[in-house]
Amino acid sequence: MIETRGLRKSFMSRQGREKKTVEAVRGVDLDVAEGEIFGFLGPNGAGKTTTLRMLATLIEPDGGTATIAGADLRRDPGEVRRRIGYVAQGGSTWDDSTAREELVLQSRLYGASKASAQARAARVLEGFQLSEYADRKCKTYSGGQRRRVDIALGIIHEPKVVFLDEPTTGLDPQSRAHMWDEIRRLRAEGMTVFITTHYLDEADALCDRISIMDNGEIVASGTPASLKREISGDVVRVALAVDTIAAAAEALENYKIETYDDSVRLFVEDGATAIPQILRALDAAGVPLGAIELHRPSLDDVFLTKTGRSLRES
Amino acid sequence: MKLLRDTSLIFQRQIQLLLRNPVWIFVGVFQPVMYLLLFAPLLKPALQVGSNAEAYEIFVPGLLVLLAIFGGLFQGFGLIAELRAGVIERSRVTPVSRLALLLGRSLRDVVSLIAQAVIITLLALIFDLRVFIGNLLLAYLMLALISLMTSALSYGVALVVKSEDALAPLMNTVAQPVLLLSGILLPLTYAPGWLQGIADWNPFSWAVDGTRALFRGDLGAPAVWQGLIIMAVLAAAAVGWAAREFARSVR
Repeated sequence: MIETRGLRKSFMSRQGREKKTVEAVRGVDLDVAEGEIFGFLGPNGAGKTTTLRMLATLIEPDGGTATIAGADLRRDPGEVRRRIGYVAQGGSTWDDSTAREELVLQSRLYGASKASAQARAARVLEGFQLSEYADRKCKTYSGGQRRRVDIALGIIHEPKVVFLDEPTTGLDPQSRAHMWDEIRRLRAEGMTVFITTHYLDEADALCDRISIMDNGEIVASGTPASLKREISGDVVRVALAVDTIAAAAEALENYKIETYDDSVRLFVEDGATAIPQILRALDAAGVPLGAIELHRPSLDDVFLTKTGRSLRES
Repeated sequence: MKLLRDTSLIFQRQIQLLLRNPVWIFVGVFQPVMYLLLFAPLLKPALQVGSNAEAYEIFVPGLLVLLAIFGGLFQGFGLIAELRAGVIERSRVTPVSRLALLLGRSLRDVVSLIAQAVIITLLALIFDLRVFIGNLLLAYLMLALISLMTSALSYGVALVVKSEDALAPLMNTVAQPVLLLSGILLPLTYAPGWLQGIADWNPFSWAVDGTRALFRGDLGAPAVWQGLIIMAVLAAAAVGWAAREFARSVR
């Protein structure tokens, strides 16, 4: 449904007097299958939004190719526009308009007649459980309601693919769960959904497949489960006092280790047998230890092994 | 066809939002009425003309051109609010004509300006202003072209600078010399030669002369067709440029 090869974009950025070229996206290859929820996971500034905006025809790529829903992005952006929906991160509704007016207008901008636009708006309002507020001004909506109107605007023309940029950022947990249900519903209706997120749990729970992006490049792709499987074994986290981190790192130098301000993480083959050995090593080095815990690798660990940084920190 | 349809869609929405907030009518008319009531009475002695009607013949067209210029130049603020709300981006992902995104908005500005102009003309009638209807309609055409140009210009600049903080001083800087060099408040016939020489390079000064000629009933004055042509060419150029800014990729 979406295929990109070597998609690139750089921007001129001005820092004081100096002009600098920032490579926001440095050659992205993507293959998104029909009917899946595909997630773009990465820290802020990784290039997710820039990639999405290129795919949505809002900015022109510097290089590379892309085919979206059968239309060529570079040669026929107009046709791409007809086949996709795009929902920006910052919202898209006007305070003094009502949801129904916005939906009817958007549908008509896609070419629908007045009657069919009204019918579609009514149907979509129903689908997103917005009928009750449909004729109130957008400024009276809650954050979650307004976000649902945004998504409704993005799919009013029944696109084959819809791009959602950080659809749950800024929502409270309940609205977030609601939004996940809406996104799954879009998939059930046959749409291919492409989301960006910097939430690990969202990528894990919602997406069928993900690509992890960092610094303008894709560093890993696959299903959340397969990505986690790539990191063999378990993760052991040992909580420590701040001034003992260095000593602990030295005592555990035979392990694959990441150090943090208040803890270390060890990547081991088998947690159950490794824990006693770790305890002995720390004991021998005279390092007093706090809590010790064992867990299966998370997507954050995947990110950590690929980039050397934790997604939580960046 | 598609352009017409898209333009009318954008225009209808903009008009609908405008009518929903009728404060603009009050604000838009209050200031010019103050000019009519509080400034115009100074004109008869100042311009050394025989009657109020004559003074209004000179002043009212200038006032209307002033409204067209300023009204247009400050429309960009609304667009920046729309940019911020994401409304423009939402339109740009649809196949809607980019020219229509501009024209729909600029036409709303033209319509609201003409509405203002009609109200002011009617009020001026009370003060003995008399204009032949055909001439008046041509004068409105001039105003429409001015307003189309300045609002398109303002939208284009708004899309480039994307911030009110930059737009406000920029537009004021443009508007002030334009205002002073167009003979809007007082005719430039009183100006020294060098000032008139500079003013000849100000396209709005031609528009003011043309509009005054029309209010005077002097349809045959060259300033009429000269002003109309200059304004039409500049309006077309401004619309073309601003529509390209709508189409251009903005980050």
